[in-house]
Amino acid sequence: MSGAPAAPRPASAEKTGPGGLELLLQPPRARTGWRVLPARVVAMCVVELQKLRHDRTELYTRAVQPALWLLIFGETFTRIKAIPTGGIPYIDFLAPGIIAQSAMFIAIFYGIMIIWERDAGILTKLLVTPTPRAALISGKAFASGVKALIQAVVVIVIAAALGVGLTWNPLRLLGVAVVVVLGSAFFSCLSMTIAGIVLTRDRLMGIGQAITMPLFFASNALYPVAIMPGWLQVVSKINPLSYQVDALRGLLLGTPSHLPLDFGVLLVAAVLGIAAASSLLGRLAR
Amino acid sequence: MTDTPFTGTPFTGPDGAQPDGAGPVDSAGPDAVSCRGLDYAFGETKAVQDLDLSVGAGEVFGLLGPNGAGKTTAIRCITTLLPVPAGMVRVFGHDAAKEKMAVRRLLGYVPQQLSADAALTGRENVTLFARVFDVPRRERSERVAQALAAVDLTGAADRMAKTYSGGMIRRLELAQALVSAPRLLMLDEPTIGLDPIARTSVWEHINAVRQATGMTVLVTTHYMDEADQYCDRVALMHHGRIHALGTPGELRAELRERRAASGTPAASGASRASVEKGALPTLEDVFRDVAGSGLDEEGGDFRDVRSTRRTASRVG
Repeated sequence: MSGAPAAPRPASAEKTGPGGLELLLQPPRARTGWRVLPARVVAMCVVELQKLRHDRTELYTRAVQPALWLLIFGETFTRIKAIPTGGIPYIDFLAPGIIAQSAMFIAIFYGIMIIWERDAGILTKLLVTPTPRAALISGKAFASGVKALIQAVVVIVIAAALGVGLTWNPLRLLGVAVVVVLGSAFFSCLSMTIAGIVLTRDRLMGIGQAITMPLFFASNALYPVAIMPGWLQVVSKINPLSYQVDALRGLLLGTPSHLPLDFGVLLVAAVLGIAAASSLLGRLAR
Repeated sequence: MTDTPFTGTPFTGPDGAQPDGAGPVDSAGPDAVSCRGLDYAFGETKAVQDLDLSVGAGEVFGLLGPNGAGKTTAIRCITTLLPVPAGMVRVFGHDAAKEKMAVRRLLGYVPQQLSADAALTGRENVTLFARVFDVPRRERSERVAQALAAVDLTGAADRMAKTYSGGMIRRLELAQALVSAPRLLMLDEPTIGLDPIARTSVWEHINAVRQATGMTVLVTTHYMDEADQYCDRVALMHHGRIHALGTPGELRAELRERRAASGTPAASGASRASVEKGALPTLEDVFRDVAGSGLDEEGGDFRDVRSTRRTASRVG
């Protein structure tokens, strides 16, 4: 604060900083139209970053699992050479899959935070601000993307340390960031949608546990789609995680991929997720 | 859980603030809040029935009643959290069903639960609300500082909210609500779970802000003494209906007249001291009188009690 240096607190609170309230008399001018959405997304992302700045524990603990996947699973299967990877070492093949997986694991439990915020009254209060529900959900979705992005950086650093030949082309890395954020937006919306249906933390926890591994295994994160049995290939085809991994592989390793299709699917999935989650948000609010 | 039909907010252009002449703008301006025939049911349970309410601009209006009386439901209808049919609820002339965004821009809302984010500092908590109410960047920090100063939290602004005492958290929430310069401040049980000193402090800040800004305050409470002391007018709610409405003085005087007229000393359970001395009855006596029987134990379901206790335990 500039003008009033923490005025000595009056004995009773009846005089609250004379002349220090003038801004609280003028309502701010409303943003309208398309400007609302980006403004709310920024607001939610800033909160997420502030929380990460205050408490980095989550950042460190969340790095453990992907590190183990790469270190143990990756190193071992690289030696076995059991999985056809199109000529690259298995650990290289695996790294993009682990980036996508660890980002998904964060996002899939994001709905728990929504329920917690509902119980705490934080959500209620946000719902009474001039924020359309879809903008609120988009904000939350991209805020989970911020978290996933930081996680992706951690995994990329671990992978690079393990000798994975990743690209350092900034444009490609930007593409990686977009893919991670879109995937994370979808999975967090999936989580918030389920939250809107089951309404309690315990149930969401159970469902989250039940779907993360199938989503992971029924994707191309660990092995190429071509070696899957037919039915699993079908599941993999409708699993957005597969498209995310395909895009990450193409961008980070330069392997053959279907980038336009991947981006398209992730974008559509994210939009559908936002629509579904915002239409169910009202159930959480009451 | 409840199964009332869901009416989602369409994802359309946000601000519904078009002045469509809906407001009944008379010479004195529209009421801050007007409810007409407001009904709301959770499944079979009728939480609010046929509620008629007018809160004038600039007054401190108290909605009183025991747990489960329907106060919070009424508040949630006015804040657009619960879907209501068009025409039932207006805030400064804006329809809560048709102009949600316009209504929300006028509101500062402090829910019953402790709604500040413990994982952020006080200043960050207030800044978030400055952002979502579109405070432009150039005045954001100054406005946040003023809101914090208004509730005497300047010194603690950069501490994590989880280190705050219960009273400080309530004041922080007040700052969050004030930062957007609302015309109507809605406080749901603002002093629940607080010790008497913190309660007084919260009320002093509410009063100071109201004096400085002239905003309307709609508050729910089940502390009759607080309502008596701080509210211009009160409505006594029970089982979803309003049983009495007026200034605390009027209500007490009316009860004294009724008692004098009927010759009965008091309804059962009235505070004996006031009866014996023939003194003015308290607001609680009025409440017992108008609410009739069934007051003591049946109000409030498990969920109410749980959330109240949780709030109380978090306040510590």
